[in-house]
Amino acid sequence: MFIIKNKKIFISISIVLVLLSIVLLFVFGLRIGIDFKGGALVEVVYKTNRPAQSDLDATFKALDFGSVLIQPTGELGYIVKSLDLDEIQHSLLLKTLSQDGKSSLEEKNFNSIGPSVGRELTRKAIIAIVLVSLAIILFIAFAFRKVSRPVSSWKYGLIAVVSLLHDVIIPIGLFTILSRFYGAEVDTLFVVAALTILGLSVSDTIVIFDRIRENLRNKTGDSFGDTVGKSLDQSYMRSIFTSLTVIIVLLSLFFFGPESTKYFALMLTAGMFFGTYSSIFLASPLLVLVEEWQEKKKK
Amino acid sequence: MIKKIISIIIVLVLGSVVVFFVFKSEPKLNSNFETESSFFKNSPFRLGLDLSGGSHLIYKADVSGVKAGDITVSMDALRDVIERRVNLFGVSEPIVQVQNSGFVSGAEEKLIVDLPGVTDVEKATAMIGQTPLLEFKVEAPAGTPQKATVDKEGKVTLDAGPQFVSTELTGRYLQKASLEFDQTTREPRVSLQFDDTGTKLFAQITKENIGKMVAIYLDGAPISIPVVREEIPNGQAVISGSFTPTEGKLLVGRLNSGALPVPISLLSRQTIGATLGSDAVTAGVKAAIIGFLVVALFLILWYRLPGFMAVLALCIYITIMLTLFKLLPVTLTAAGIAGFIISIGIAVDANILIFERLKEELHSERTITDAVSAGFSRAWSSIRDSNTSTIISAIILFWFGTPLIKGFALTLGLGVLVSMFSAIMISRIFLSGLIFIGESKVARFLFSSGISK
Repeated sequence: MFIIKNKKIFISISIVLVLLSIVLLFVFGLRIGIDFKGGALVEVVYKTNRPAQSDLDATFKALDFGSVLIQPTGELGYIVKSLDLDEIQHSLLLKTLSQDGKSSLEEKNFNSIGPSVGRELTRKAIIAIVLVSLAIILFIAFAFRKVSRPVSSWKYGLIAVVSLLHDVIIPIGLFTILSRFYGAEVDTLFVVAALTILGLSVSDTIVIFDRIRENLRNKTGDSFGDTVGKSLDQSYMRSIFTSLTVIIVLLSLFFFGPESTKYFALMLTAGMFFGTYSSIFLASPLLVLVEEWQEKKKK
Repeated sequence: MIKKIISIIIVLVLGSVVVFFVFKSEPKLNSNFETESSFFKNSPFRLGLDLSGGSHLIYKADVSGVKAGDITVSMDALRDVIERRVNLFGVSEPIVQVQNSGFVSGAEEKLIVDLPGVTDVEKATAMIGQTPLLEFKVEAPAGTPQKATVDKEGKVTLDAGPQFVSTELTGRYLQKASLEFDQTTREPRVSLQFDDTGTKLFAQITKENIGKMVAIYLDGAPISIPVVREEIPNGQAVISGSFTPTEGKLLVGRLNSGALPVPISLLSRQTIGATLGSDAVTAGVKAAIIGFLVVALFLILWYRLPGFMAVLALCIYITIMLTLFKLLPVTLTAAGIAGFIISIGIAVDANILIFERLKEELHSERTITDAVSAGFSRAWSSIRDSNTSTIISAIILFWFGTPLIKGFALTLGLGVLVSMFSAIMISRIFLSGLIFIGESKVARFLFSSGISK
């Protein structure tokens, strides 16, 4: 009941976080990875010692490669980013990096993506985002079709979608910080993370809405707010625990898992956390708020 | 009661079978792996390129010169040419796929080539870039030693190679190929029409080899070895062999477009070094084990006896998933492993929903037996609804499609489906079998959860 009484405070916290994320998105922006914009990435590790970055920068400037970005990685490695490379350019790049064979190196990773492949992926990503959102809205409307009093089922759906947006926007806001300060880039996994958050966080909201649905049917509670409050009291523990187990495995993935899925795990963890927060502190209070507005209108 | 015990035994036996299979088929776990039967040997985990190391190439096929109706045929022919070429170089388990143009994938016809273990991208592109070969070879002069090899099992194989020697005549001089049927036998055969130079060469070859064999080689392998009966001056040759009309049609498609059916150009290349991949596998396995242990600890500490049963069900869940990965098979990528790890966290969600419900039912002064069955049946609607949304996302992600995403969507979606089975069926069977411990205070304590007494 504490949550329902103080609903305006909790809803405000969510609004502030979402606004902050949107501001961050505009101020910092997101680094788009080569998956989407095309380009090449070469990761090399030197056998004994790596040449100074300034030397390499200077040699690349002399060559006609367009902009080449060199970042140190690990003890002996460099990651080199450039426009997409054909075979000849690629071997020239490796030759330059090895200083004409003076510093022997091993190429650990090479990725060159043409702009048309990037465009295709972008189109696919947008279609997938639209489809997942639509399918989930339809599903929520379907799942709650029998609950129509006192708040009609499409409003449950709408509120679930609002909290869904909240759950996705805040992790994206966090990602802009990673992008700004740690060089994280928007790649395919970023899109997958966003879409998975959509799927996972809505399930959490459904657990609580399901309890409200049941309590409304059994006529528990004096008012709608009371019913929602009771439902929350009964189900917030399981909502937290179901997310907790997922967060546990995600943190394990973040700390111990492969390098390539680190940011992915971190973003999903944030998504799960705010997903749980939103189903308890945002979705249910919003439901009560909507009902109160309806009552006021009637009077 | 006996029924319940029997179901528990059945679950345990089936569970052990699955564990046994995973153990037997994994070289790292089974020290006698080399001596196992082929069924176990042929069921490894299939690792994606990002874990095994290798090259991933995307080609654009230029189909502007092909009639709209023939695009699919040319693309299939292209895939076959490249697949043969790659196989010729001894790459193990290459994957060559056609990606047709469409609303989602864009306007280009693409060919995707995955070469596990090939980390030299220049070599890989070079070997694909070479055009396939149609060759005509004649019998080697008598007296050329034939190469026979005897293998370990004592089987003698005769190498047909030195039996034939190359001629100048190749697919370069091919003008047109078409499929026809033999007038008398109705067997499908492929007729070839050479251009002027080819006609002259062919006439000369046939004239010199009457009564001898002429071998037609495609991509280095003989596909037809007819015997020449007379000189053929009109530049027409026939490949007849034991092929079906469909195979014949494919062969025609392949030959007709010269070497490669359509010109291709490289759009994107990716190479992952083998060390990077094996590091990722180790890290993924480590993350999965630690994640599982922490979740198991939490379940047992918080939910006590039911929690322990859920951990058992989770173990069975994990081995079922591993078996599915091996048998389906699922190509595992770093993202796929991430999906599987996440599914471990999701798999216990259903159990948590059930146990929380169980706790409530126990509070309302029910017997343990009633509470268990009410817990299961009342939690069902929220389990079903909350998993549906994850499955919807997984299906769309799977359809959305690059290999990376497919791997993730498949393991996650499969995980959610299997976990609904394991969390509900298996842990229910375990729990209802345990009810015989009665209604004592100890029993109620064991079935309660959290910090309550």
